[in-house]
Amino acid sequence: MAESKGTDAFVEFERVQKSYDGETLVVKDLNLVMPKGEFLTMLGPSGSGKTTCLMMLAGFETATHGDIRLDGVSINNIPPHKRGIGMVFQNYALFPHMTVAENLSFPLEVRKMGKSEREERVRNVLDMVQMGEFGGRRPAQLSGGQQQRIALARALVFEAELVLMDEPLGALDKQLREHMQFEIKRIADDLGITVVYVTHDQTEAMTMSDRVAVFDDGRIQQLAPPDKLYEEPGNSFVAQFIGENNTLDGVVKEINGGVALVQLDDGELIDCNPINVGVGDRTRVSIRPERVEFNKDRLQEGTHTVKAEVLEFIYMGDIFRTRLKVAGNDEFVIKTRNAPDQVRLAPGQQIEVGWLPEDCRALDA
Amino acid sequence: MTDATQHSGPMLAADGTPLKRSLARALRMQKIRALMLIAPLLIFVLVTFILPIADMLFRSVENQIVRDTLPKTVIALQDWDPASGAAPGEPVFAALAQDMKIAVEAKSHTRLGSRLNYEFTGAASLFRKSGRKVKRMDLDTDAPFKETFIDIDKKWGEPEIWKTIKRYSPAYTNGYFLNSVDMRKGADGAEARPENQRIYIKLFGRTMVMSMVITISCILLGYPVAWILANLPMRQANLLMILVLLPFWTSLLVRTSAWKVMLQQQGVINDTLVWLGLVADDARLIMINNQFGTIVAMTHILLPFMILPLYSVMQTIPPTYLRAAKSLGANNWTAFWRVYFPQSVPGIGAGSILVFILSIGYYITPEIVGGTKGVFISNRIAYHISSSLNWGLAAALGTILLAVVLLLYWCYDKVVGIDNVKLGG
Repeated sequence: MAESKGTDAFVEFERVQKSYDGETLVVKDLNLVMPKGEFLTMLGPSGSGKTTCLMMLAGFETATHGDIRLDGVSINNIPPHKRGIGMVFQNYALFPHMTVAENLSFPLEVRKMGKSEREERVRNVLDMVQMGEFGGRRPAQLSGGQQQRIALARALVFEAELVLMDEPLGALDKQLREHMQFEIKRIADDLGITVVYVTHDQTEAMTMSDRVAVFDDGRIQQLAPPDKLYEEPGNSFVAQFIGENNTLDGVVKEINGGVALVQLDDGELIDCNPINVGVGDRTRVSIRPERVEFNKDRLQEGTHTVKAEVLEFIYMGDIFRTRLKVAGNDEFVIKTRNAPDQVRLAPGQQIEVGWLPEDCRALDA
Repeated sequence: MTDATQHSGPMLAADGTPLKRSLARALRMQKIRALMLIAPLLIFVLVTFILPIADMLFRSVENQIVRDTLPKTVIALQDWDPASGAAPGEPVFAALAQDMKIAVEAKSHTRLGSRLNYEFTGAASLFRKSGRKVKRMDLDTDAPFKETFIDIDKKWGEPEIWKTIKRYSPAYTNGYFLNSVDMRKGADGAEARPENQRIYIKLFGRTMVMSMVITISCILLGYPVAWILANLPMRQANLLMILVLLPFWTSLLVRTSAWKVMLQQQGVINDTLVWLGLVADDARLIMINNQFGTIVAMTHILLPFMILPLYSVMQTIPPTYLRAAKSLGANNWTAFWRVYFPQSVPGIGAGSILVFILSIGYYITPEIVGGTKGVFISNRIAYHISSSLNWGLAAALGTILLAVVLLLYWCYDKVVGIDNVKLGG
């Protein structure tokens, strides 16, 4: 059933703006094109506009300006119940006065489907979420994870091609959440449905998505596949928001052949990879903790190193997390793998750290 | 602890006493303290509410007055056959003379007269008249008493008054209850009253029907208001809530009188309609002193009792349910009817029980705006309590009303389930 991901637009936001009070824009100039079958996550802090975008797509909020298109058709003036979009709500919104089977049958009933076909569909979708035994139960008799599955099944039972999920795993405990992430991803891939998933949990976004749209301040800050987002953040908000990140502030002195020379605030000069800065700009240099090396044997010959003081050493099992003071920043963290030959640093130790210039990204300050 | 668990008998605490007893001891102080806290209210309710109600319920069957006032007569009457068609013989009259003598001293004969007057019209004056004569009577010399009494009033010579005395001589009677369902004790047990004396069944029926109409009006008017209250932003909801509660802060009498001003034939509404030319001046609408007036005024007064439980239930229904229903393809009406409405039913249930039970026992409003056609059974009860002083009948009517309410409550529990009633939370 899985279709090959087409390139033509299935969901489109074009210059969409949204304001609730006529004074401030919650969503500012949103442009987004999604091909069919894509799993796209809208990730961002609360108040960044991601849920508003989802609600506009579902039809519960109207766009103040701009056009939202589904499969080439503008849906701005189509009421939610005619859009045929499946939706999984944050607290599942399973109807408490109906049994699981009645909940699942509801969207089919309002579509005037025959009884036998309804029953068959409900049975199939229950099997799909591995809840075949639970048709006669009330939602209140199910655990959080089971309710989650039913909510998912209800959004899928009427064969919507587009399914929206609004932080569907927020109420589950960590272990169940991780399990459900795989489950949702598997079902979405099997059915070939297009999913727009809203979350503020970056791990969730990274593990599930084809592409992640990072929202902040009503705009998409970066729209990229997870690996690219992590390794090549486009600005310092994304670098900070996705994963752990070390920053050093400074000024760009010159840019030469794709390498920027940055003078840090304590006078140290380092080579960086310029992303969205020009000569003379203040910059915030971003380096991932696992790309920093203090073992001279492993550093490339001639790599520039910076003096650092060990402040704290935390043993975390698979990795060691060491907090350093580097160039005036005492929140500089490095992560080292727990290998047999790995050195365990002690607080107070004076070391030198270095990194590849490509891993050191000069971003906007 | 392992010793205790291995023990085959009851679980023991560390000091060897059974665990249950030692737990009960530990909890006893807590229970006593809790009881002390509610004691003042408990005593207050017991003395001012439960006991009077029990006393009233008892009065509906209590009938000591006849055998207390005429003890000898009652015993003497045991040998008399009411079917004989004639007044009893001399021994009964002699006993009556002795009883009356004592009763007149204690001035209790007039009370007996009024009691028997409920069952036999004319008994009150008969006993008053006889009492005056009995005072001057000499028990030793004035025999035979049969002639003396018949001389005082010839009613003593007819069997009717004697039948009534004999019928009501037991200490307990179902007479008041028969009376309250339009029946009376006849020669062969209970019989229906004549058509023109039947009033209570009709009144009970009217009370039920009108209470139901009022309850339904409250649902129809209150539901949308509660919906708006539950869905408005906090600030506006609070303002609207004050408007809903405003009637609570106004005296019941003032509100009812206001309706009188509004609805009467020379009142605000009629004047406006005439001024607008919708109603001719000589054909002003009669909207008060009838059932319409009672229903309008009582719906207005009881509306908050419907809105508040509805509101508190609706507040707990998250708006996402409606959104979910719409996202699943339901239009506005289907989403409301299939998803929202069923969840608001507990509020309707709670509101309806409140409004219905309150209105079934309502008194002041029907008294003021009800006229003759719009009065409730409660007005009749009040009449018997304060005007006719037939407390036994009032008690019987009240008992029936209480029983009906409990019965309806039971039915509601069977049909809807009392767990489904939510007053909040």
